[in-house]
Amino acid sequence: MKILGSEITPYKTYLNRRKFIKGSLASAMLATVTSSAFANHDSDLSIYTNNLNEKDKLNSYEEITTYNNFYEFGTHKKHPHLNSGNFKPRPWTIKIDGLVKKPQTFDLEKILSNVTIEDRVYRLRCVEAWSMVIPWQGFQLSELIKMAEPLSSAKYVQFVTVFRPEEMPGQQKRTIIWPYREGLRMDEAMNPLTILATGLYGHEMPNQNGAPIRLVVPWKYGFKSIKSIVEIRFLDTQPETSWETLAPWEYGFYANVNPNVNHPRWSQGTERRIGEFKRRETLMFNGYEEEVAHLYKDLDLTKFY
Amino acid sequence: MFSTRNFNRSKPVLFILILFPSLLWAYQFVTGNLGVNPIEKLMDELGLMALRLIIITLMITTLSNIKPLKSIVVIRRMIGLFAFYYVCLHFSTYIVLDHFLDIQFIIQDIIKRPFITFGFISFLFLIPLASTSTNNMIKRLGFKLWKKIHYLIYPVAILASMHFYVLVRADKTEPVIYMGIIILLLLHRIFKRLTRPQLAQ
Repeated sequence: MKILGSEITPYKTYLNRRKFIKGSLASAMLATVTSSAFANHDSDLSIYTNNLNEKDKLNSYEEITTYNNFYEFGTHKKHPHLNSGNFKPRPWTIKIDGLVKKPQTFDLEKILSNVTIEDRVYRLRCVEAWSMVIPWQGFQLSELIKMAEPLSSAKYVQFVTVFRPEEMPGQQKRTIIWPYREGLRMDEAMNPLTILATGLYGHEMPNQNGAPIRLVVPWKYGFKSIKSIVEIRFLDTQPETSWETLAPWEYGFYANVNPNVNHPRWSQGTERRIGEFKRRETLMFNGYEEEVAHLYKDLDLTKFY
Repeated sequence: MFSTRNFNRSKPVLFILILFPSLLWAYQFVTGNLGVNPIEKLMDELGLMALRLIIITLMITTLSNIKPLKSIVVIRRMIGLFAFYYVCLHFSTYIVLDHFLDIQFIIQDIIKRPFITFGFISFLFLIPLASTSTNNMIKRLGFKLWKKIHYLIYPVAILASMHFYVLVRADKTEPVIYMGIIILLLLHRIFKRLTRPQLAQ
C-alpha cells in the first residue's frame, strides 16, 4: 500500500505553498496563462512518485486539470477547465454549524495556519469507470473537525459547495439541485485517509478542480469528493446528498468503490486509467481496503451502495 | 435546381464530406490528439455521428414530400449506408478498443445495461437494412417486402436516441432534442397516412 503517501511534506515544499497562498493575486494572474505554461512545477516529482505503488503512475497536471466532472462549470468533462476562469476562490470562508459547541465561520487562511499541509498521492476512481492518480496537498479532515468541536450527538457531516451562478455558468441551469451537497458518516470523516485538499502538484487548487478547498475521500467514487466547500454541518441523521437525491437507484449515500456492485449504466468491475490503453481491474475500496474495510464490517454493501 | 441529376452530382462531394470525420478522428486517435480519454471521445463522436445520420435519412423522406425537393431521395441510400458505417465503427470501438474483445464481459454488458441493450438492438436492426440496400435486392424482394423491412428504421432511430438518453447523467437536453426531432418526423408520417387513406390501400 505504498500509494498511501501520508508522509509529511518536506519543509521546502511547505514554504512554497505558503508563498502560493500569500501570492494569491499573482497566481490569479498566472491562471490566465495557458495551462501548459502553468504546468511548470517547481517541485521535484520524486516527492510524489516515491509514494506510488509499482502498478500506478502519476497522471499529468494537464490530464488532471482538463478532464474532470464539476457540473457547476458544465456537464462535459472539458467544461470545468474551459469555464472556470472567472471563479474567484479568495477570500474564502467556511461556515461551521449544526451540532457543534459553537457555530462559527472560519476564514480559510485561519484554518490553514492551524493545520499541517501534507502530500497525499491518491487514486481517484470516478463512478463513470475512469480513474487517475493525483498528487494532492491538503490536511486531514479530522483536524478541522477537532477545531469545529462537534457535540457527541453528531453522527454525520454534511458539506455544501458554494453557489455563485454568475461565476459558475453550470449553476445557471438546473441540471442538479444547487448547491451541491455531500455527506459522510462521522467515522468516515475522521478516517486518516480523508483529507481536505488545497492543492495539487504543489500548485494552489485550480478552479476547475475545486478551488480553494475540496474534500478527497479516495475509497469512494469521485462524486463524494465535493469541491469548493463553503459550509460544513454536523448532524445526527444521514444527510441528503446531491446525486442520491437526483437518482437514488443509481447513486447511494456510501458510494464506496466496489467492483462487485454494478452501476446500472457502467460495470464497476473494470476501469480505464487515464493515459492507459487497456482497462484494469477495479480494486475493492479503490485499493484502500486495509485502511477502511473495518468501517463497513456490519453493513450489507449491496444494499448500502 | 433540385433535379435528380443535380442531387446525383452532389453525391461524390457528400461522400467525401461524410467520410471525412471518421478519417480525421482515426488520424487524431493514432497521433494522440483526441484528448485525455481518446477511446471514450472516439466512441462518443462516432455514435453521435451515426445518430445524426439516421435522423437525416428520416428527414430526407419527409423533405421529399415537398414537390420541388422530390428528387432528394436519391441521396438517402448513401446517407443510410454511412449511418451503418459509423454505427459499425462505434460498435467495434466498444468491442475492440474499450473492452479488448472480452466477449464474455461484452455479452454481460449488453444484457445487463439497458443503454447498451438499446444500442445493440438498434445495431442489429440496421443490418437487414444495410444488406438490402442494392437495386438488385429491391427487385429480388419485391418493393413491398423491401419497404416493410425498411420500416425497421423507426425502431432503429428510437432505440438509438434512447441509447443516448440513458447514457447522459444529468443534462439531458441534447438527447431530448434528437428524440423530439424523431418523434416529429414520425408524427408527420402518421398524419400523412391518416389524411390519405386511399393511398394506403
